[in-house]
Parts: sequence; C-alpha cells; structure tokens
Amino acid sequence: MSLVTASDLTVRLGGHAALSHVDFAIEPGEIVTVVGPNGSGKTTFLRAIIGALRPSSGRVERMAGLTMGYVPQGLSIDPTLPLTVARFLSLPRRRSSAEIGAALAQAGADALGARQMVDLSGGQFQRVLLARALLERPQLLILDEPTTGLDQAGSAAFYHQIDTVRQQLNCAVLMVSHELHVVMSASDRVICLNGHVCCHGTPDVVASAPEYRALFGSGTQGALALYRHDHDHHHHAEAAE
Amino acid sequence: MLDDFLVRATLAGIGVALAAGPLGCFVVWRRMAYFGDATAHAAILGVALSLALSISVFAGALAVALIMAVAVTLLAGRGYAMDTLLGVMAHAALAFGLVAVSFLNGIQLDLMAYLFGDILAVGRVDLAVIWAGALLVLGLLLWRWQALLTATLNQDLATASGINPAREQMALTLGLAIVVAVAIKVVGVLLIAAMLIIPAAAARPLSRTPEGMAVMAAGIGALSALLGMRGSYLYDTPAGPSIVAVAAVLFAVANLAGTVMRRGRRGA
Repeated sequence: MSLVTASDLTVRLGGHAALSHVDFAIEPGEIVTVVGPNGSGKTTFLRAIIGALRPSSGRVERMAGLTMGYVPQGLSIDPTLPLTVARFLSLPRRRSSAEIGAALAQAGADALGARQMVDLSGGQFQRVLLARALLERPQLLILDEPTTGLDQAGSAAFYHQIDTVRQQLNCAVLMVSHELHVVMSASDRVICLNGHVCCHGTPDVVASAPEYRALFGSGTQGALALYRHDHDHHHHAEAAE
Repeated sequence: MLDDFLVRATLAGIGVALAAGPLGCFVVWRRMAYFGDATAHAAILGVALSLALSISVFAGALAVALIMAVAVTLLAGRGYAMDTLLGVMAHAALAFGLVAVSFLNGIQLDLMAYLFGDILAVGRVDLAVIWAGALLVLGLLLWRWQALLTATLNQDLATASGINPAREQMALTLGLAIVVAVAIKVVGVLLIAAMLIIPAAAARPLSRTPEGMAVMAAGIGALSALLGMRGSYLYDTPAGPSIVAVAAVLFAVANLAGTVMRRGRRGA
C-alpha cells in the first residue's frame, strides 16, 4: 500500500491557494522528485505531506505507523542555543553513542559528534540533518532542496550519499530539487509543480511534456533554466477547463 | 530559620531563579523576550482585578498572565509582526492595569510593591506558593524537555517526528504565566523578564549543551538572588533591582570568561 496518499489536496496560505487539487501517492522504495519554479508550492506540498500544514480541502493519508525522516530546507539554529552534533541527533528520542556514531557514518559525517552545530560548514550541516533523519529509521525520507548552498561537487556527493542510504535502508525518498540533471537521472518519478501538478510521470515523460518545457525551457541539461523561465507561461490544464 | 524575614526573602528569590533560569533559556532560544515582558506587564492588571474581587493576587495574576499569553499566541501571524503585536499588548495591559488600580477606591494599594517587588514582605504562605510554582514549572520542563527542545529547533522537524509544536508552545506559555505569577512579589512585574533573560544569557558563553545552559542559568539566577539580597541588606538598596543588578554583572563576567576560554582553547 502507499506510504502517503494525497487526494484533491488544496492548501491555502493567507487566502492565497498555494496548492490546488493535487493528487499524489508514493510507494515503498520509490524515489519521487518534485520540481517547479520558486513559489510553486513545493515546500508547502512537503509540509502538508508531513502534517505541518492542514489541507484547506482534500486529504492527506499516511500509512498507519509510518516513520518519516525529514530534512527541512534552511534549518537555522539560533546562536544562543548551544548544541553539539551528538546532542542534536538525540532529539526527540535519546540515542546511544553507538547509534549516533553509526548514523553519522552512514550519512558521511564521521567524527563530527563533538562539534557545535553552528560551527559546521554547509555540507557538514546537511549531512548531520540527514543522519538525524536516518535515526528515525524512516520508511519515507523527505528532503527539501537538500543541496541548497552546496557547490556542484558537494551536491553531487550529497546525492550520491542519499542514493547509498536509500539502498541500505530501502526507504522511499520524496525530495524537492532544483538540480534538474540529477533529478532526471536518479528519480523513478518526477512531479512538476506550479501551484497545481503541471505534469508528472517518469523522467522521460516529464522531460518531453510541453508543460514542463514551458516551465524549464526545452533542455534539461542546465539548472539555470529554472531561473530563466517565464512565470507568465500559459497553463494548458487551466485553458482546458 | 524561616522566622527571619531575610531568610524567607532569600529563599523566595532562589525559588524564582531556579525556575526562571531554565524557562528563560527557552525564552532566549525562541526569541520570546518580548513575550515574557508582555505576560509580566499584563500581570499588573491581574493584581488590580484580584484586589477588586478580593481573590488571591497570585490567582488573579496567573489568570491574566495566562489569558495574555494565550491571546498573543493566537494573534501571532495575523498581519502584525510579533514584536509590534507584543508592544501593543504589553503596554496596553500595563496601562489598563494602572488605570484599573486607580478605580480601587478605599483599598490601600502600594503600587510600587507590585511594580518593583516587595520581597521582604514574603510570608511563609508566599514562600510555599513560590516554591510550589517553581517546582511545578521545573517538573513541566523536565517532562516535556525533549519535545520542547525539538519544537524549539524547528517546528516541521518536530511535526515529522510526531510532536505537536502548538502543544509544546502551550506548555511554555503555561510555565511563563506561573513564573510571572510567583515572581511578582520577588522582583515585581517590571523586572520579571530580567530574571528570565539575564541568567540565561549569562549562561550561554559557558555552555556546550542545552542542558548545561539550563542548569547554569538556574545557578546564576540563584547566585544573583543570594548576592542581591545580601547587597540589599548591607547597603539598604531595593531588593528586586539589586538581584537583577547582580545578574547583569554576572552576565558581563560570564561573557569575559567565555571570551578568555575560547581564546585559551584556540591557543592550545
């Protein structure tokens, strides 16, 4: 059965519909990537999936007893909060130092346990967030633009790590990414979001969909396409209604 | 021993400090300094109401502080920035409180005692209420510690782990209202926020973990109460402000010590 199912999901934020009529399901072991321009509701979608936002209409159903590991976007830790990496990993459940060591190793962040969270580099920070998510023994790993702020080599290494982890844990992965070349090569399914689901399917199908091309340009080779595309594009789905 | 007013006053100060220190850490981490202020200022309205209705000042202050804290929580994120909202609420509550006090004809009210505390007038019952409240708050923090800390870090992270951040916020709000209610006698409504924030801020440069900071804040607060009372007795200064002044000096010392420690570690 599906880990999470969203049916006809609509989320309004301050009167504005951030998401309209989204249908979605993710199966065990699947890698699904959400792409879309800024302000297209990607983070809103993830937050509705984990239950942080209540649907205005429609529903989100999570499998009973589902464990989720969540890597939020741009987690900022207040500098007044002293927090070692090891202590961070012991939230919200206490973990033994053996468990912590294993999770850090699995996330490629060995020997960071005694460091303060605020002293970590961007790449180290993301790996520690990943390690914390792994400690939940997730059936579903959710990542929101996990490579923001990393350089190309750093983000390639990070995606590689995610892939390794997924094979070890056999968990499903739902992530938001703007790195289209990675997305297109590593995902089972891609959902192109722009307030609603523009198009979805296997990477091949999505890459050749006119809705996708309207959003990202005809090529999928460059992440830059995301920043160049025209926000006032024509929506086929709406035109048909 | 409890017959001595000075002993009772010191114990009262330490009781408030022990609860206010760890709770104050959350106030600092969550950037709720103004929130503590608003809740405390609202308590003066509670004092006026409880005198008018002849109920216990503690109960009145607790009720109004709680209403204030809940109102701010509910109003947050509806068009005004949090600090604007709190600025309106805090000063409005203080103003209404002072106006309400003026209506209390025939009731003798020493306003200064509530604004700046009257720690030397703490009786045995007051002492029991203060310690009961302080232990209640500490118990609440201990019970919710892991969840509170997770929700403080990031609300979505907490939600994904099955924690309800709104419920944890409510626990803190409740703790804050209790501390405000028991601290009125000790430092007065104008300086309660100082007992929350200054010891916690002083503990920061000396701590490596949240638990360390909470314990340190409680210790610094208790030390401030002890030294403040001593100084107040020796130099005949007002008790509440003396306690806060000592805490402020400890804050400066802790920051100097923290800088020296970091230099030392780097040099080693």
